Amino acid sequence: MTDEVIKINKLSKEYITDAGTVPVLHEVSLSVKPGEFVAIMGPSGSGKSTFMNILGCLDVASNGQYLLNGRDVNQQSSDELALLRNQVIGFVFQGFNLLPRANLEDNVALPLIYRGLTRAERIMQARVMLEKVGLGKYHHSRPNQISGGQQQRVAIARALVNHPKLLLADEPTGNLDTHTSQEIMQLFSELNNRDGITIVLITHEHDIAAYAHRLVRLADGRVIYDGPVAGDPLVHAAHTGAEV
Amino acid sequence: MLAMLSEAWMAMWANRLRTILTMLGMVIGVGAVILMLAVGQGAQQKVQASIAAMGSNLFIILSGSTTSGGMRMGGGAAPTLTAEDAQSIGELPLVAAVAPSSPGVAQLVYGSSNWSTQVIGTTPSYLTVRNWALAAGMPFTDSDVRSATRVALIGRTVAENLFGDEDPVDRTIRIKNSPYVVLGVLAAKGQSLDGRDQDDTVLVPVTTAQRKLFGSQFAGTVRFIMTQAESAEVMPQVERSITELLRQRHRIRAGADNDFTIRNLTAMANTAADTAKVMSLMLGSIASISLLVGGIGIMNIMLVSVTERTREIGIRMAIGARGQDILLQFLLEAIIISVIGCLIGVLLGVGGAYAVSVITGMTAVVTVSSIITAFAVAAGVGIFFGWYPARKASRLRPIDALRFQ
Ligand SMILES: Nc1ncnc2c1ncn2[C@@H]1O[C@H](COP(=O)(O)OP(=O)(O)OP(=O)(O)O)[C@@H](O)[C@H]1O
Ligand SMILES: [Mg+2]
Repeated sequence: MTDEVIKINKLSKEYITDAGTVPVLHEVSLSVKPGEFVAIMGPSGSGKSTFMNILGCLDVASNGQYLLNGRDVNQQSSDELALLRNQVIGFVFQGFNLLPRANLEDNVALPLIYRGLTRAERIMQARVMLEKVGLGKYHHSRPNQISGGQQQRVAIARALVNHPKLLLADEPTGNLDTHTSQEIMQLFSELNNRDGITIVLITHEHDIAAYAHRLVRLADGRVIYDGPVAGDPLVHAAHTGAEV
Repeated sequence: MLAMLSEAWMAMWANRLRTILTMLGMVIGVGAVILMLAVGQGAQQKVQASIAAMGSNLFIILSGSTTSGGMRMGGGAAPTLTAEDAQSIGELPLVAAVAPSSPGVAQLVYGSSNWSTQVIGTTPSYLTVRNWALAAGMPFTDSDVRSATRVALIGRTVAENLFGDEDPVDRTIRIKNSPYVVLGVLAAKGQSLDGRDQDDTVLVPVTTAQRKLFGSQFAGTVRFIMTQAESAEVMPQVERSITELLRQRHRIRAGADNDFTIRNLTAMANTAADTAKVMSLMLGSIASISLLVGGIGIMNIMLVSVTERTREIGIRMAIGARGQDILLQFLLEAIIISVIGCLIGVLLGVGGAYAVSVITGMTAVVTVSSIITAFAVAAGVGIFFGWYPARKASRLRPIDALRFQ
């Protein structure tokens, strides 16, 4: 099926360090259809972020095939990859990664610069997005003048400003308290339900993963579970408070 | 592009102090280049003005011989050149004009003012040879020379000192106590190459000088003869024919030394002009070194800036910046710094040139071309020294830039 947003076939990744090659991902395969909401879980060091960076075209796989929107990512030039990151993918980081010296609307408008829009158009679209994540009143504040939850909303607005098909988030609630995390996850749900945006996110927490429809569990660079969140083999362990 | 410009500007604004310090390197470099070029240009123009004032394609023929080292005009050696020598030189082909000249120093008096200056006995063609015009009045004529009349042309300095605001034409002054009618005032010529005031002089007919003014013990001789060739190309040829003619007229045997010396004034002037040019080039290149240092300063700061902002570069790449976008952003920063620095440097250089000419009295000439050159060089320096750091930034892999701590 070519209408899959993500189609990954036997993808491997190893890091080459001074100490030698470190294999991190072993022949991972995964397909994500439009409109899906996927949570990736797994113990620390299992390769979740590595996998996510490859999904986001920030890093390249050592082996295997990755089709994004039916296009073979390995065949793309670096400019084409930049275009994919700009137009097809929205990326949300655990640490927000806003530009500290730019105000919120400039932060949100940043991806539009690389699309050659005029400043007026950029600011207009950025305001619409800020409105959408509930920060319409703050567009002239600086990132350090608002709370972590609000910063993550700004980062989401930035990820959405180019209307991407796919939203990737690496532990988007990792730096937030439980209540704020719930709010952010409600925003993700809304984006998925209402706007049909495909979402893949990494989390360590079950209540966060519960917002998704599908769970992929990694361990030691391999997929050990891929199915509905309710069917998670480790759900019981999580309920008793143990982390795997 | 406009967006990139404002991005670059924002980054520079965030690091104001550093930006200004980096700019300072450019400011000093460009300022120094403009100032030094102005001083050099001023010196060159002064030399050229002196050369133009001297007259073109000139020989000066002096009594006495030269040996390889220089002049050998033994004390009391009899002057050997005569007004007749001058006349026969004038009849040679390719010679445009000839003026014999018998200078001496004399006291001038008009009313209650008196002034001591150089009086040159010569012929009307002296004005042609020296390319000298009259500011007022008329020149004396060949008939004045023939009959040795007491008439004079006075230089601007002499006119100012004797007459003040009065019009000197047709007034009578006393030179060595004899009355002379002032026929005209010479146009101002300014300083000669060796720094003498050329306007501090009086011209009288050569015969008047010989017979009435200086009463030479060597009757009929002149101190030197100025000769103008028809063009620069024929000067060597004219020099040869003058030598031949004078040896013949002075009956010098083959193998014996000349009793006269021919100096090519135009060649000497050209040497002076070349010297001035070399000097201005040297000043310019010394100043260029500071421009280079300013450029290296930009490169240094840009490298630091790239390292410091690696994470920002990563963020930008993660949201879709291409390598060339990052390249352009950093390159623009370097260019903005160097162009603004250049702008301020030009202002400083022009101001400095003005200050130098006011304070030291040297001429400093800021030319449009030196400003354009400075701008081009500044933009070039910005691109050249900004290129490497900007390229380094644009070549980062997004994930490495993002992970950078
Ligand atoms: N740049 C790198 N160079 C070498 N090894 C790396 C690099 N990045 C990650 N690794 C290694 O790859 C493995 C997986 O790292 P990764 O960051 O993908 O884990 P993770 O599942 O995201 O963990 P966490 O839950 O703690 O975020 C780790 O053992 C890590 O040491
Ligand atoms: Mg991780």
